[in-house]
Order: sequence, then C-alpha cells, then structure tokens
Amino acid sequence: MAYSQKVLDHYEKPRNVGSLDKAATNVGTGIVGAPECGDVMKLQILVDEATGKIVDAKFKTFGCGSAIASSSLATEWVKGKTIDQALEIKNTDIVQELSLPPVKIHCSVLAEDAIRSAIADYKKKRATSAAPGAPAAGSVQSQSASV
Amino acid sequence: MAVKLPIYMDYNATTPVDPRVLEAMLPYFTQMFGNAASRNHSFGWEAEAAVDKAREQVAALIGASEKEIIWTSGSTESNNLAIKGAADMYKDKGRHIITALHEHKAVLDPCKRLQKEGFDVTFLQPDRSGVITAAQVAEAIRPDTILISLMWANNEIGTINEIPGIGKICKEKDIIFHTDATQWVGKMPTDVEEAGIDLLSASAHKMYGPKGVGFLYVRRRKPRVRLTPLFDGGGHERGMRSGTLNVTGIVGMGAAAEICQREMAQESARIRAMRDRLETAILARLDATRVNGQVDRRLPQTSNISFAYVEGESLMMAIKEIAVSSGSACTSASLEPSYVLKSLGIGDDLAHSSLRFGLGRFTTDEEVDYAIESVVRGVSRLREMSPLYELAMEGIDPSTVEWGKH
Repeated sequence: MAYSQKVLDHYEKPRNVGSLDKAATNVGTGIVGAPECGDVMKLQILVDEATGKIVDAKFKTFGCGSAIASSSLATEWVKGKTIDQALEIKNTDIVQELSLPPVKIHCSVLAEDAIRSAIADYKKKRATSAAPGAPAAGSVQSQSASV
Repeated sequence: MAVKLPIYMDYNATTPVDPRVLEAMLPYFTQMFGNAASRNHSFGWEAEAAVDKAREQVAALIGASEKEIIWTSGSTESNNLAIKGAADMYKDKGRHIITALHEHKAVLDPCKRLQKEGFDVTFLQPDRSGVITAAQVAEAIRPDTILISLMWANNEIGTINEIPGIGKICKEKDIIFHTDATQWVGKMPTDVEEAGIDLLSASAHKMYGPKGVGFLYVRRRKPRVRLTPLFDGGGHERGMRSGTLNVTGIVGMGAAAEICQREMAQESARIRAMRDRLETAILARLDATRVNGQVDRRLPQTSNISFAYVEGESLMMAIKEIAVSSGSACTSASLEPSYVLKSLGIGDDLAHSSLRFGLGRFTTDEEVDYAIESVVRGVSRLREMSPLYELAMEGIDPSTVEWGKH
C-alpha cells in the first residue's frame, strides 16, 4: 500500500495519544469499532463548560495506519472547536486531507463516528449532572503516552 | 557488521534465485535456446538433454522416477491439473473429494469449481493445532471418494499434516492422493513412495529457483495415475501438459533441487535455530503474544505469531524495514482476515494481529537480532496507543466487551 505522506506523518508522530479521566463530567468518551473488524477507536474530548469549546482531545486506536492517522487528525481538528462545530466534521474531509484510498474510507467513517460518540457521551453526562446533587466536574488527568 | 536494510523475512511468499542456480540457467537464454521438442537438430537435442537432467534432479529430490515429472508453470497450475484432471478422469468411479479449509486458494478454488460441476467436496476443519490427522481423513472417506487433496505443510503457519498416515489410508482405500507440497519440497526430506503420494505439486520459486516454473509428480505405477489435461495442444509431457517447455526455468528448477537436496540437513538445522531464537526472544519480551499452530509440528522456517491488541498492518508499518506478511485484513483487498487462521478457530481479533515470519537460506543471525528488537519496539509502541491493551491492563478482557457494528 502506498500511503500518503500525511498518513505516514500521523502514523509516525501521532498527535494527542493518551487518555482523559472518563469519569469527569466535562469529558466525553467515544469508543467505536470492534476488534474482530480490525479497528477500535477511543476518542475523548475535554470541554470548557463556560465556553462550550473543546479544549483538549486524546485518542487511542487499534487499527491500521489509516485508522491511526484518521483518529490522530480528528483529535487535532476538534480541539478549539465548539461542540456544534465539531459535529460538522465529515468523514469526507478526513479522506481528502489524508488522501485515503477507497479501501480505507471506513477508517474515516469510524473517526467521524468516534467524534459523534464522544460528543453524545459528553451531552448525556451534562444532562445528568444538571440534575441536583450530581458531582461537579472532576479534575482532568491527562496521561499522554510517550510514543 | 551493520545489517543491510530492508531485511527479507517472507521466504514463504517467494525466495531469491540462488546465484548458483542463475549461473546454471544463463547459457540457456542465449546459446542453448533450442526447443526441447525439436527432435531433428542439435539445438533441440541439447535443450531436451537439459530438461531431462533437470527431471532427474527433481525426481531425486522427492524419491520419484524422472518419468513421473510433468513440468508446469508452478504450483497453482500443478494443483489445478491434479485436482481437475483427476476428478474428470475418475468421475465415473465416484464424485466425492476431500480437502481442508486451510488449504491454499489454488486447491480450494479448483475444488469449489468442481462443486459447481456436481462433485461433492468435504472441507475438513483443522483444530487449533492446524494439523489434519489421518484419523480425520479416515472418518471422512465414503465409498464414492475418488480424490483427497491435502497440503504437506501450510504456507501461513507451517504446520505439517499427517502425511505418511494419510497416504497409507488412501492406498488401502484405493483413492488418489494429491498433496500440495509447495512449502515442503526442498526444505524437508521427501519420499513419495514412503508417503503414499500419487500426485505432488511444487514450485521452483519457493526453493531458490526462478518464478514461473514448477512440476506435478504423477505416479506411474501402483497405481498408474491418469489425468485429463487442462490444455490441448502439442501433447508435451506425456500428453498431460501441452506447451513448449520453459527450458531455462526448468534448468533452474533442476539446479535448485540439487542444491536443496545436498544442503537440506545443514540448512534446515541452521534456519530452525534462528527461527526458534526469534520466537523465544519475542515471546519472552512481550506479554499476550502467541505462536499459531502446533509448535512442535511445523516447518523449520516458518513462524506465525499473534500479538494481541495490536493490528497487523500497523505493526508491519512499525517494522517497515523488515519484509514479513500479516493475516490482517488490512493487508488484503478483501477486508477479511486470514481464512487460514480463522479456520483454526483463532478469533478474527487475533487473526488481525498476526505476522508471519519466513526465514531462509540467506537469513543471518544479525538480521534475526534486528527483527527481534524491531518487533518488540513496534508492538510496545502500538500497545501504548491501543485502547484494547488499555482495557486489558485495567483487567477487562476486550473479548467480553459488547462492541458495536461498523
């Protein structure tokens, strides 16, 4: 497979590998894919509740080079965006940016799903924490893996 | 000595031509270029003599008579000729064929075609060991079984079927026995008499000969096996394979066979020691890592390892200076992981996580050392970014998680 330079770059130097505290109310976690399909992506967002902006994002991915690159790119793109802006990211944007071949388009679909799933998780938590007596936003533990 | 990169560790896919083989071949391109079927001049005679010498060389390698060697373009053609040719020739005796799920496509697909033409095919299921036993075969035989086609050793995991045992049963039951011995011949001692084989396929390019040439051994006595040819034409090769002989390639295959036979004992011991060292070091340094197939019943040059929680294609990228192959779907166009590993009952997740190392004649100890370091580093790096490894470290078995569909 001849991968594009951008895929190779994300694969060699993945951005934002690591985990956020999934128990924190201001963290949304999305895990999509399945091991038997050869791809699992975990994407997490940390949201500033005052501004509604995504201030940090982390990922871990089991998958091919394109899957790793797609999720790495997704974390880069969501950072600094509001939740609504992040929802506008389309898999086709990822395909274009990384020049993914047709056989790897599913990797970009998975990355879009991961963003949506993380945002849905965050929204669900907020809805719950809006109820009285819910715990306040927890401190964020960022444990970036050294890669 | 610095290791020269990239390192080739995919000898099961193909091998380089041994320089000694190339030297034997060269004169047949330009000086002795005759057609082996030209009976009336010296150009034809010298080509025929070269082909006959090669026939003796490969016959000696497998314990056959030179009259039993049919030259082909390689194992795919040999398998097609053996399976379709025998099925057609003996169809009036019965229409049942036995093979196995982890055979090469060049055996499975001819069998599937015969299925469509009204033959009944039993695909034996190997167990986790990857070995088809004689007992399994005995159980599957029916009164109308005419052909059994089972590989000698598997190309992906290197496991060895119970070949002398299976051959013996076929003899007793008067069933034609074909074996795809592509990975076996030239690496391991082969005796078609002792193993009870009627038809045997082999390729030159798996044993340091050129690509595009191979042979089918066709037994001539007890029983005299007859085949319907695939091609019609000049009636070469006892009428079983028409077409002008690839004299240069055949000379190469003969030379390759002779070298293999002479150096086999020493070479396989050396390769086995390197393979074992590679496996032992990797397994000692990485957790959740497993060798696929029955460890003590394998070809000495093959090692197939699953690295749990890491996907094969990304691992190949991590060790990109080492040429290996993977059972991962992402290395193929089909998006399906290795059907060979799946047939053993290894889950899709571990099939996606597998690498096949194929060592060979020109593999060095330094290359093995380099590969060990590279694999350990690559797997560790990818596990740091694997959500599955993270789950496993938290004490959650990813296989117990209910995953979504995609």
